[in-house]
Amino acid sequence: MRIPPRYSQILAVGLMGAATLLTLLVLVFVVVFVLGKGLPAVNLQFLFGMPRDMGRAGGILPAIVGTVLLPLVAIAIAMPLGVGTAVYLAEYTRETRLTKVLRFGTDCLAGIPSIIFGLFGFIFFVVMLKMGWCLLSGGLTLAIMILPTIIRTSEEAIRAVPNAYREVSFSLGATRWETVLKVVLPNALPGIVTGVMLGVGRSVGETAAVIFTAGSALRLPATMFDSVRTMAVHFYILAREGISAENAYGTAAVLIISILLINLATYGMMHRMLAARTK
Amino acid sequence: MSGDTNSKLVLRDFSVFHGKDHSLRRVSMDVKTNRILGVIGPAGSGKTTFLRALNRLNDLTPEIRTEGTALLDGDDIYGGSYDVVRLRKRVGMLFALPVALPMSIYDNVLYGPRLSGVRDRRRLSEVVERSLTAAFLWDEVKDRLQMSGLRLSGGQQQRLCLARVLAMEELEVILLDEPCSGLDPISTAKIEDALTILKDRYTIILVTNNTKQAARVADETAFFLMGEMVEMGPTGTVFTVPADPRTGEYITGKFG
Repeated sequence: MRIPPRYSQILAVGLMGAATLLTLLVLVFVVVFVLGKGLPAVNLQFLFGMPRDMGRAGGILPAIVGTVLLPLVAIAIAMPLGVGTAVYLAEYTRETRLTKVLRFGTDCLAGIPSIIFGLFGFIFFVVMLKMGWCLLSGGLTLAIMILPTIIRTSEEAIRAVPNAYREVSFSLGATRWETVLKVVLPNALPGIVTGVMLGVGRSVGETAAVIFTAGSALRLPATMFDSVRTMAVHFYILAREGISAENAYGTAAVLIISILLINLATYGMMHRMLAARTK
Repeated sequence: MSGDTNSKLVLRDFSVFHGKDHSLRRVSMDVKTNRILGVIGPAGSGKTTFLRALNRLNDLTPEIRTEGTALLDGDDIYGGSYDVVRLRKRVGMLFALPVALPMSIYDNVLYGPRLSGVRDRRRLSEVVERSLTAAFLWDEVKDRLQMSGLRLSGGQQQRLCLARVLAMEELEVILLDEPCSGLDPISTAKIEDALTILKDRYTIILVTNNTKQAARVADETAFFLMGEMVEMGPTGTVFTVPADPRTGEYITGKFG
């Protein structure tokens, strides 16, 4: 029996609308649940105070600082490498077996569980290179972890820049590099930023790879070779070791709000970048 | 082997291959200095391939290779040591579709000069006014030079593209690839007016689908068919007493 198009249309809209609604509800429920349980613990003293008694009391300042620093280090390493690789793949090489293998490799890398990266970082940076648990070990490990995402999103963004722009640039006497700098990268920037922010998001929320490489010290780091603890790790340890459920939820609430703020800032920035070009 | 000294561009047995296709077949011609050469012919006749060979934009397509000689002022532009970047600054190109770069009108015009290292602000402003005036666009945009070039109409964008080509200080030859195919009659007239003035300073090659346009502005006309140059001569002669019957058939609209 064939459903008349008019009804199948209504049915399809209804089903997809329901799917959207369900997704939204789950999301809202998680956020409201965590904020409801966590926000009561959050106050200025919690945000800017040092933890006492393993985190049972006091604030989470070192974890906030760690959450800011670790992704920064990771991005500082991964962005030049990732964007550079993407430019090379998209602009300087023709599609050959090598580029296909490279792309397949990065796709595989993107699918590897983070704990494997943690284990690799632990064995390579922490033990073999004797760097110990520290900001730099963790940053390098996270950089390797988010590199595939940055490469792929940047490459797509670069390939999406209309070829006509490149031809115009060449026809006006630009070299390949000048074309990349003046035409390709500015136009690919929103896409590149998206990739970088995906990387930031993964780094901020990462626990397994961080515990293995950056450690979990509850002090403020003074150098790149000090151990740090991120909010995600703090939450994990407080909850796992049964130290303080209340402060664990408080940390989770701050983490969720931070991620919301990062996303809002990114959207705002992208909108302004896109609007600036057609002003 | 080169033609007389009045020839800007000299081609001898010049061929372009697109993979296995022979897209341009052994073309020989002399393009005279400070003249407009109109190139007409049906779609797929090799006109665009011919044009893109002259500033080596075809280099960007890996499957394309060339044979024969192409001389600009006597130098082989496909010679091993020839500077392609410099060539493109001397031989500018206007594409069929107007492509304003996503930046301000001002920055669009100055794309070429800035690549050549011009930094002086007063000189840059002069270049902008001179180029936009020569492209018949200055009056329409002089109060909003900082506006994005993308917000101009199609006809204005094409004149912006012309201004951008004219801004290049080393410019000697202008290649135009059906520059009016998407434009209204008024914008078309403005471009044609600009060309007839510009030929005093530059050598112009105008590929066009519109045979009437060639008749209006070209000093000489070449007719291309299936990758071959069927004939070339003074526009009046080609349009009234063509040497080859195929030319006459095309012009009078029997095919193409």
